[in-house]
Amino acid sequence: MIAPGALPRLLHAASDRPLTLSQHESAFGASTLSNSLLEELEASGLTGRGGAGFPTAQKARLIREQRGHSKFMVVNAMEGEPASHKDQALLSANPHLVLDGAEYLASIIGANNIAICVARDNPTVVNHLERALHERSRRSLRGPRLELHTPPWRYVAGEESALIHWLDDNESLPQYRPRRPHILRIGHSPALVDNAETCANVGLIGRYGASWYRTLGTTENPGSTLVSVTGAVERPTVIEIELGTTLRSILHTAAADPDPAAVLLGGYGGTWLHARHLDTPYNNAALKNLGVATGAGVIVVVPKGACGVVETQRVVRWMANESARQCGPCAFGLPALAEDLTHIAHASRDAEVAYQRLVERCGVIEGRGACRHPDGVIRFIRTALEAFETDFSTHTHGTACAGSRATRHFANVPSLEREDELIWE
Amino acid sequence: MGMRRRSGTFVLQVNPILCDGFGHCAELAPELVKTDEWGYPIIVNEPVPLANVAAYESARYAERGCPRQALHIQRFSEKKPH
Ligand SMILES: Cc1cc2nc3c(=O)[nH]c(=O)nc-3n(C[C@H](O)[C@H](O)[C@H](O)COP(=O)(O)O)c2cc1C
Ligand code: SF4
Ligand code: SF4
Repeated sequence: MIAPGALPRLLHAASDRPLTLSQHESAFGASTLSNSLLEELEASGLTGRGGAGFPTAQKARLIREQRGHSKFMVVNAMEGEPASHKDQALLSANPHLVLDGAEYLASIIGANNIAICVARDNPTVVNHLERALHERSRRSLRGPRLELHTPPWRYVAGEESALIHWLDDNESLPQYRPRRPHILRIGHSPALVDNAETCANVGLIGRYGASWYRTLGTTENPGSTLVSVTGAVERPTVIEIELGTTLRSILHTAAADPDPAAVLLGGYGGTWLHARHLDTPYNNAALKNLGVATGAGVIVVVPKGACGVVETQRVVRWMANESARQCGPCAFGLPALAEDLTHIAHASRDAEVAYQRLVERCGVIEGRGACRHPDGVIRFIRTALEAFETDFSTHTHGTACAGSRATRHFANVPSLEREDELIWE
Repeated sequence: MGMRRRSGTFVLQVNPILCDGFGHCAELAPELVKTDEWGYPIIVNEPVPLANVAAYESARYAERGCPRQALHIQRFSEKKPH
């Protein structure tokens, strides 16, 4: 058992090789199913680690209440965020903790199938999971069927309706859901989708209970979480921290630039925060007041001297290219936003006009896609305008700042693929 | 026919995946739909009272007239405050 209040939890006993099933069971104790799982989950206050931060118990209860003999538990380890590495780190440390959590959730909702989804572009993790599943298959024949699925890696492929669409019909395209909450289905079977790290937390709560779980974190945001720190760091790292640790101390632990200009929180569909707020506790209750959120646990550190306009422009251009191009406002709107940002980045003559147009277009596009991909981009842009206010104003007044000519960038994006090269199935 | 007292509200919703952006709906229901610079509909998203018969009729025209059947009227019943 892990001592109450001790860190790490999710990465407990981790080494450079994934724990085998027997190593895992001797480090964490055997996993047993109990009837009070949902109550424990509810009392733990766990919220999702995939981005939206919704209470996990509430989602599980909704699916548990659905009728149907066949249900699916879907583990989302797609990790579409380019700056996120935490699901990979977790599954490379201890795939069995994630699988335990998936089994607990399956038993709560009454699922007879568990689908674990990892992007096929990540062969290391696929390999770890294949081995872990093989170990489990020799253990017992009871319980739900565990199956590995490998959709293509795309930003929106990890969006839950796109993931379900892929499992149902081999296409990673989001679905239209006019009313929320919407019950996602594979065939006729209701499906619960939870992020891999969320499942690992459930793996802890199912073993040790809610009050143990709450020995870290705050009342509103209990537990620990994984963060992927990239940008101005010695080397990109994934660390496990107690929720509510200040951003400043997270940067310190990650050996990041202690005096940056701004940090990006959540991911490329996330929010920028000016460095004057670094003493804020890292949890949604505290960050909400600043209009930002922890999202998928990404922290990108941007140093002073870097150009916030260029950082923003590069990400938005890539995100626009990752649109699934099903909805007009997203397919046409996001490239238009990227183009406005390009004008500003070049500090061209119409940069000021482009800035006004950018702000207006954000208002026009928001909320009009079938999925929240465009809304994420808009959140990213709006918070950039605040966090990098000085950079934007230099550029719109006709001077490209010195940082914008640098060749080093901090928010890294994969190289742009041509539209006909994008793989969706 | 005759006058019926209608309580509750509605919104016109578009399925953006089906919509082709030719903007037919903006002509059929101008009080509810504008188009953006690419021709896709921007629909009033505050609920409109069903008692606004003209707006409701327009919404019905748009719903029926949409060539992609991308529009849908979502009704909300409301308990009238006494
Ligand atoms: C554009 C987009 C991309 C997403 N990509 C991922 C992803 O790669 N991995 C993930 O776990 N969640 C992703 N999400 C969030 C999922 O839709 C979903 O909310 C999440 O998997 C639910 O798990 P949780 O409740 O455990 O957080 C994405 C959401 C959006 C809008
Ligand atoms: S909003 Fe964009 S990413 Fe989402 S379904 Fe529509 S086109 Fe695809
Ligand atoms: S009429 Fe239908 S398809 Fe045409 S723009 Fe309006 S909603 Fe889209």
